[in-house]
Order: sequence, then C-alpha cells, then structure tokens
Amino acid sequence: MKLLVPVTRESRILLGVAFFVGFVALWALLTWSGAVPKHFLASPWQTLLSGWDLFANQKFGLDVGMTVWRVVGGFLLAAVIAVPLGIAMGTYKPIEAFFEPFVSFARYLPASAFIPLLILWVGIGEAQKLTVIFIGCFFQLTLMIAMIVSGTRRDLVEAAYTLGCRDSGVIRRVVLPGAAPDIAEALRQVLGLGWTYIIVAELIGASSGIGHMITDSQALMATDHIIAGIVVIGLVGLLSDVVFKRVNQHLFSWSLQR
Amino acid sequence: MSRLSIRKVAKTFPGMHRGVPPTQALQPISLDVADNDFITVLGPSGCGKSTLLRLVAGLETPTAGDILLDGTPIAGAGADRGVVFQSYTLFPWLTVRQNICFGLREKGMPAAGQREISERFIAQVGLRGFEEHYPKQLSGGMQQRVAIARALANDPKILLLDEPFGALDNQTRVLMQELLLGIWEQAQKTVIFVTHDIDEAIFMANRVVVMSARPGRIKAEVAADFPHPRHYTIKTSPEFMALKAQLTEEIRVEAMAADH
Repeated sequence: MKLLVPVTRESRILLGVAFFVGFVALWALLTWSGAVPKHFLASPWQTLLSGWDLFANQKFGLDVGMTVWRVVGGFLLAAVIAVPLGIAMGTYKPIEAFFEPFVSFARYLPASAFIPLLILWVGIGEAQKLTVIFIGCFFQLTLMIAMIVSGTRRDLVEAAYTLGCRDSGVIRRVVLPGAAPDIAEALRQVLGLGWTYIIVAELIGASSGIGHMITDSQALMATDHIIAGIVVIGLVGLLSDVVFKRVNQHLFSWSLQR
Repeated sequence: MSRLSIRKVAKTFPGMHRGVPPTQALQPISLDVADNDFITVLGPSGCGKSTLLRLVAGLETPTAGDILLDGTPIAGAGADRGVVFQSYTLFPWLTVRQNICFGLREKGMPAAGQREISERFIAQVGLRGFEEHYPKQLSGGMQQRVAIARALANDPKILLLDEPFGALDNQTRVLMQELLLGIWEQAQKTVIFVTHDIDEAIFMANRVVVMSARPGRIKAEVAADFPHPRHYTIKTSPEFMALKAQLTEEIRVEAMAADH
C-alpha cells in the first residue's frame, strides 16, 4: 500500500463488500453460537425474515415513505433558507458579523432536546417532525455554506471585476458557480444528519414512521423488528447518499481531480 | 495627451495588527504612458511594481494622487483596463471559449458576436482545437494564452500584465514573449507589463521603467528602441547586451538595498 495512491474500481468494490460480509459473519457467529441471547439480538436470518414480514404484512413501506418524506421535507425547508443566508453571510461580512455568533450558538443546541417543547408548541403532527429536522439541519448548513462562500478565490473575483462585472455579476458568475460543488457536498452531508434526527423525533409522539415502528417493537420486545428497522434506515440513507454523490459528480465534473 | 497619466500616486498599506506600523509600498510616482506604448516595469521583488499595476487596474485605491485614463480619473476596476495575472485565473467551470467570452457576455453581446470575436482570439493565441477544453486540461502556458485572449477580447483601452509568464518554464516563457509581442505589433495596444526578468523587460518594451526597492519609486526610465518586428535573436545583439548590463547594475543595487 502506497500513500494516497487510489485503488482500482474493482478492488474498491471488493474491499467495501468484504467489510459487509465480515460484519454479517460476526453477527451470525455471535447469535447462532448462542453467545448473545436471541431476545437481545436477533440473528441475520431472523432479521431478514422479520423485515420481509414487516413489508409484506404490516405496511412497513408506508412507514418508510413517511420517514423519507419527513426527512426530505425538513431538509428542503432548511436548505431553502440556509443556502441564500449562507451565501449572503459569506459574501457580505457585516451580514456574517450579525448572524454568525447566534448561528454558532444555535448549532450546538441538540435538535432532539427541542422535541418536548415542540410537542407543546406545534403538537405531535407532521409540523413537529419537520421542525426537528429543520432545527437539526438549518444552523449547521448555514455555517457550512457561509464558510464555503468565504473561501471563494479572491483572484477569480478580481479577474471578474477587471472583465467588467459589478458585484451582482461577481456573485452570479463567480461566487455561485465556484462554491456550487462544495455547497452540494455540504447538502449531502447535512441530509445524512437529518436521518439521525428523524428517528428520535419519531420515537416520541408519532403514529407512523420507522421510529414509531421501533418504539412499538420495543414494547413487544421484538428485537428482530428493531434491527430490521435500523438496517432499513441504513440502506435508505446509503441510497440517498449514493444518488446525491452521483448527481454532484455529474453536475460538477469540472471540479473533480482538483 | 497621454493615454494613461499617473500623477503623484502613493500607496501605504495599514498595519495588519495593532502595533504593526503601516507599510509604505509606493512613494509618490508619476508616469505617463502614450497611446499604443509598451512599457515594462522592472524591479526587485517587493518593490511595489505589482501594487502600481493593481492601482491602475482599480483593484487597490491610492493613498494619494490621481490616475487618469484618457483624462478621466479611474474609480474601481473596469472593462476598459484588461488584466492578466501571474496566478492562473481562468474560471475552472468554464471552457476556453466561455472564458474568453466572459467579458463579452457581461456586456450583453449577442452570441453570434461573441463567437466571432472568440474565434479570432483563439486563433491568435494558437488554441484552435482547444475551444471546448476546461482549464485543468491545459498546460500553464496555454492557460496564460487564454488569459491574454480573455483580456483582449474585451478590447480594453490598456492591457495590464502582472508577471504573466513568471510561473512558466524558460522555453515556454520565451515563446509567450514572442506571441504577446506579435499580438501587440498587429493590434497596437497600450500595454504595461510588470516583470523582474531583465531580458523580458528589454525584449518586450519600448520603454523600461526601473523601480527602486521598497518603498518603490521610479529610479530610471530607459528607451528600448529596437526595431519591430522583433526576433528573439536580438537578445544576443551588442546593443541588447549593453542595455542589459546597464539595467543589471541598476537592479543589483536595488536588490541589495531590499535585502537589508
């Protein structure tokens, strides 16, 4: 292994799959050997069967759909405000000086801690779930985008001015296209963050969603269902990540191999 | 009347932190540049020659004095002063052609006009066949040729170059000098070219302006009246060598002063 030398596509896939295989093998060993009691940790096969049962007989597809819509909805709400605000903060330093201290403070407030308050304020409906995701994503995203935009190459900005651009032209034709790949990457990472918050939001006061199913299963000690739910969350998260990555690579091919 | 008139322009940069004294980059400088003149500004590193160019470009504001272009004081950067920077400043998300059309598009020129002008400059800098390439696919020399074409496509009143070939290897640099000189001989532009390379300063210029160590001031102005078109072989002519010896001496004194 040489430092920083990329691997081939084949060995990348092989190595990635190898870890999954090893992980499941260890899981199987622990459960089938009886080292871990069944009601603490269901075996891989049992989990697979439970997963099938969930989708086939218990309308788990609807739960997954609800959860996806909540994550995407809350994330989009956050993005719609955070992207322009972050760009304004990155380009105009007085705006940054005004918002940055508060946003930095708010970023450390755990979104899950707001759940009891949000139930009081907006009830236990969809608004509460969306708000949790919004709080979890918004502040983080705003700061990331402000930082990305602040890093715009000064020499490109100067070149644009000498080519006749005004401030608005520089923002539209230099700042935005230059920051776009990193902003897209920030969106991808923050969407992942949204997935970690949604389950917490659904554990309390929800009548649908993956988190709701997990809470129900807890009451029944159905660890196989809980694990199946967790695996589904992982798979959906991985899928959204891959799609996002592909789209970014397609849109911003100029920024690869920098 | 001269095209560009620099009148007692001085620049002092404030100290970055409390207690750090301000840096005087330029002592009051006066310089007149005639229409279609080619001036090179030669000086040791840190003498303020780039600052002078950035002041003319409008990227910095002078602490004192005025800069007039065709009798009008300059205020900020503008399309009437094209700049080629030492660093590679092509927009990486645009192709060669889109980079060259950047200023034309900002002016709102119709696509057909943009295409015609970009064709001409792509041919002039020898980049036919590279129109749809992205900057990262080009060598340093090619990128600077695009940067020159991009600046010229705007048809500026004056072209400002800040050590444009400074990062290139020696062979490429010499070819680029000939290319730029060829363009100037054809197009007749007013040019200010900043460099620390003595050969380059003499070969390119009608007039070499020698600057002192910081705080910069104009130490000498030397005519370089070799006939055009110039061929690289003049670099070995006795007249060229004599001029080079003279300027080497001037610069050496300043470089030593800058070192203390």
